[in-house]
Formats: sequence, C-alpha cells, structure tokens
Amino acid sequence: MKTSATGAICGAATIAFAFSAAHAEDTVAVGVLQSLSGTMAISEVTVKNAEVMAIDEINAAGGVLGRQIEAVIEDGASDPAIFAQKASKLIQNDDVATVFGGWTSASRKAMLPVFERAGSLLWYPVQFEGNECSPNIMYSGAQPNQQILPAYDWAKAEGKESFFLVGSDYVFPRTANLIVKKHLAEDGLALAGEQYVPLGGTDFSAVIAKIRAAKPDVIFNTLNGDSNVSFFKQMAAAGMGPDKVEVMSFSIAEQEAQAMGASLVEGSYATWNYFETLPSEANAEFVQAYRTLHGADAAVTDPMLHGYLNVYAWKAAVEAAGSFETDAVRAAAVGLEVDTPMGPVSFAPNQSLRQSAHVGKLDAEGRFEILWSSAAMIEPEPYDALTFPGKTCGFVGN
Amino acid sequence: MLDATLFAGQVFNGFSVASLFVLAALGLALSFGLMRVINMAHGEMLMLGGYLAYLTYLIVPGPMAILVAMPVAFLGAALVGGLMEVTVIRRLSSRPLDTLLATWGVSLILQQAARSAFGPIGVGVTAPDWLNTGFAIGSLYFPSTRIFILAVAVAVLAGLGLLIARTRLGLLVRAVNQDRMMAAASGINTRRVDLAVFCLGTGIAGLAGVVLSLLGPVTPTVGQSYIVPAFLVVVMGGLGSMIGTTAAAIILGLVSALSQIFLDVSMSQVLMLVFVIVFLQFRPQGVVATRSRALEG
Repeated sequence: MKTSATGAICGAATIAFAFSAAHAEDTVAVGVLQSLSGTMAISEVTVKNAEVMAIDEINAAGGVLGRQIEAVIEDGASDPAIFAQKASKLIQNDDVATVFGGWTSASRKAMLPVFERAGSLLWYPVQFEGNECSPNIMYSGAQPNQQILPAYDWAKAEGKESFFLVGSDYVFPRTANLIVKKHLAEDGLALAGEQYVPLGGTDFSAVIAKIRAAKPDVIFNTLNGDSNVSFFKQMAAAGMGPDKVEVMSFSIAEQEAQAMGASLVEGSYATWNYFETLPSEANAEFVQAYRTLHGADAAVTDPMLHGYLNVYAWKAAVEAAGSFETDAVRAAAVGLEVDTPMGPVSFAPNQSLRQSAHVGKLDAEGRFEILWSSAAMIEPEPYDALTFPGKTCGFVGN
Repeated sequence: MLDATLFAGQVFNGFSVASLFVLAALGLALSFGLMRVINMAHGEMLMLGGYLAYLTYLIVPGPMAILVAMPVAFLGAALVGGLMEVTVIRRLSSRPLDTLLATWGVSLILQQAARSAFGPIGVGVTAPDWLNTGFAIGSLYFPSTRIFILAVAVAVLAGLGLLIARTRLGLLVRAVNQDRMMAAASGINTRRVDLAVFCLGTGIAGLAGVVLSLLGPVTPTVGQSYIVPAFLVVVMGGLGSMIGTTAAAIILGLVSALSQIFLDVSMSQVLMLVFVIVFLQFRPQGVVATRSRALEG
C-alpha cells in the first residue's frame, strides 16, 4: 500500500510539473465537466471519454490554431451546486477558453448564470426540454422538436391514436409531456393517461393498472435511470412486455439498454439523433476508434456523439474566427458546417444544432434497428409554437 | 367514474405493497421494540439480500434458484447484522443518538462497498419462468411475482408469530421486552437475546431484498427507497409491535394504492405522509400501543 501511494504522489507531481512547464503560449486550456462520481456517472463518464477522445484526435492532428489543447477534467459529482462551483473554478482559476459538459437539466440550469456572468461559453451535449435559450450555451443535444415531436409524428403516422405518458417527476418529462399534450389536443388524438413517479421510484403497480385499464396504442416513457428497470420488469410480470404493449422511450440509449439487460427492453422503441448503428463509413470509424480505446463491447450513444462533435464544432469555429474569444467563437459557430459521424451538421442562429431524428427498435444485443429517419434536417426550436406561443430566443437577431 | 376493476386491482396492489412494507419494516420494529435501537443501516440489509440473491443466481442457475437464494440471503444478512450488533450497537447500547449516527455510518460504508464490488449500475435478477406468469380473473390480472411476495410475507409473519408465542427464545424475548432489568435479574442473558433478535430482524430484511429483486434492479442505494416507508410503518404501527406493524403496513399500502386511482405516484406519496402525520395527531401511540418498560424513559 505504502509504496504504491508514494508512487502515485510522485507520478502526480511529475504530471503537475509537466503541465506547468507546458502551460505556455503553445497550448490552450479547455474544461471538461461531467459527473465522474454519483448516480449520473454511469452515463456521463462515457461522454467525458468521447470529449477527451476528440481533444486527443485534434491534438494528434496538430491542435487548434497551432496550439495543443490541454483538457482540464473536473468532476461535477452528480450535484448541480458542484457543477456551478467547478464551472467557476475552470473559468477563473484555469483560465479555460471554453467548457464542454453537463447532462441533467438541473446541472445546466446551475451552470448557466456562471457562464453568463463570466461571458464564457458552455457546450452542452444532451437532449433536453427546450424552453431555455442562453447566448452563453451551445445546445447540440436535441430540442423537443428534434426528439419528442418526431417520435410523436412517427407514432401518428403508424396509426397510433391513444398515447399514455409515463415519466419521472422533474422538469424534462413534465415539459416534454406538456408539449405532447398540446399536440394531441391539436390533432384530436387521445391522451390515455399521464403518470409521474418520483425520481428513483420503484413501485409501478398502480401505473400498470391504469395502463391496463386505458389500453393505449403506445406509451411515451420519459422515466430516468433505475426506474426504467422497475417499470419494464413489472410490465413484463403483468404480461405487458414490450412485445405486447409498444413503448417509446426518451432516456434509454444503447448504454442504458445494455446496463439494464437488453432482454428486458428488447422490442421497445427509442428516438434519438444518433444511433450506434447509423450506416456510414464515418460512423463506423468513430465507433471503432472509441472501442479501440475503451473496449470492444463499449456502447456508443447519442450524448457521447454530441459531446464528441461539440469539440470539433468549437475547433472549427475557433479556426473560422481566428480567435479563442467567446463572442468571436459563437458568431463563427452559427451556420458553420462541421463534419461528424452522423454527417455534416451546423448550428442555427439560436445556437442549437440542426440535425435529423431517427426512430429505432432495440434488438437482443441492446442495439437499435433503425426504422425511420426524418426526411431532412430539423431546424431546432427551443420554444414549441403550440406550447409556448410568442416566446423566442431573445438574443437572435440582435 | 370509479371503475370496479381498477378498484379491485388496486386493493390487490395495496396488499402487495403492504407485504413489501411488512418485510422491510419487521426487522426495524423488532430491534426498536426490544433494544430502542434505530438501525439506519436496515435498508442496506435489504440491499445485501438482493446482491446475495444475485450471486446465488450466478452459482446455482435454474428455476429453483430463488428458493435457494432466500435462506442464503436470510443467513447472510443475519450474519452481517450479528457482526454489527457485536461490534457497534452493543457498545453504544445506552446512547441512542450515537447508535443512530453509527449505524448511519455503517449504512454509508455498506453502500460504498457494494458500489466498489458490483459497480454503480444495478444488477438484474431475472425471475424464473414459473414466477413470470400470472392469471386473470375476468379482466383482473394477478402477476405471480406479487402473489409470491404476499405468500412470503404471510409465511414470515406466521413464522415470527409462532417463534414469539411458542418457543423458548420467544419467551425470553417477551420477558426482556416487558422488563429488561427484571429479566436480567432472573438470570436471562439479555445481550444474547438482543443479538438473536437483531440477527432475526436483519435476516428478514435480507429476505425482503430477495423478493424486491423480482420487482426492480438491485443497486447500491436500493435500501434507501424502502427505508423511509419502513420507518413510517414502524412509527405508525406503535413502535415495536408486530401486530401494529402489520396493521400499519396494510393501512399504508391501501392508502397508497387506492389514492393512486385518483393521483399520480408523487402526489400519493405526499398524501401518505400527510395521512401518517394526521393519524399520529389523533393517536400518538400508534395503531397498537406497546406497554413496555423498554420504551419508558
């Protein structure tokens, strides 16, 4: 024990020394801020891996504006207050040019004022509920009209007429379902039920009884984390597995499906902007590169891809602007086309990403068979016109 | 508006929830009733039972694994409970607040140990096929897992009742429960009785962990989601009474399930808390008042 501890300290000292020596004009520091511990670590560690992989690739290819990128990795510890604290620390102490990170809406909301005060820029990689628009955040994850509404449109086109909404009780499911309900009413379709379970909730007996009574055509599932396992287990025990009742999930990607046990969720649907199974050469290379680093069985998911593309989008914007200055970078990022494993994408003036949406069905290995893709790139809309009429991004057009 | 099928189904679900509450709360009630120890690590005994079930499934797969898992989890959790009693609780027996903090510390240690050993992601226990069915009466559906859990709860209650009423150990427990000093004076080794009861209580929590694994994932924090309702049941039941605990579990199970006909799960939990608070205003001694010197200051 003792020798290894001493060894670790010596090693850390050497690295610290190497960093301080290299911290000169030929490097630029960026922050990587995800939860490396706590409940969210299972999902966020992989996003950190993807962000770091992009940084390493860029460094190997010569860096940004001739400077090597130095990643300062911080742990948000699944706690919004710590996210805010670490964001300040990155901006003030480490003098980073920009920060990549965040997952939960709570973590983003906690960091937002920090970035607005400091005039710095956060690249946020996860789908979210919209209804927010800050000039200091680049939102590459899906807006509601790029994930929830495409799923809704797909279900409608499949002839589904009654929808049952099940979600964890927090801002994303509540807002997402508000939007779905507005569209159900507009289209004259039936809301078969709407149920919320506390985050981490494990008892679904009443929810399942109501689903059985309502006999919906499809369930829209915005449950988060472990609750999904309880939900699918108890549905199966009640004789209503995914093969009998169709379930469309919004928080289950490849990683979660494989962690839960793919047999439990086999046959259920999900909508994302990226699936590991997207058929393109660029995607195959990306998946291969990640697996070389993190194991042949590693799952590659939508938020990971968005974390990865954020780094490349930042690099492209810095090079287009010829500067690391926040205002110059965000101005250059808008409309700039970036090549990614899911094809070329660009940010709209509201600083959210234009992207396609896909509906997939989970197979026995926890991978998605892609059933449907949106015909074209979908323009991001932070404020659904039916749900939040008249609201727009304040800064666009200024 | 009130659908008879849904109502009948929820009555069944109420008993199903109550059976989980009973299994989770019995151990707490036992150790509080006898020793006035509030065991904050009780939820971790559930977790331990769940992980032991998972390990048993790995070693003896097959349809009968769950029947092997139950004694394994009972003994495993009882053993850890016994260790805890001997090393921590016994040494702090006259200082209730210190036991509260110390057992909370044990709870954190056990959670972190599970996280290190099995990872932060939950492990899954797949119910055997004979439990993965159910039967329908009219439009009512009864999943076998829920019936199995009810049966386990009834069996545990019956077994415990017999143990307390009919065995020599039960006699000793009742004696210590009524008056610890007199029991000790008449030659009963109260420490050994404490140890036995504590092991029994944690063992039942281990059993609860096995049946929980049929309904949800086993995670390092699984015990936390059941510990609060378990405390509610114990407080409402009258601190330490077995009959009170059972009655309170059934009342709370039905309140929770029936209110969910009208409310969603979040709101029904609020309602359940409000119900307990109001109930205790009118009947602070709980469903069944326990007369015991152990509970008198």
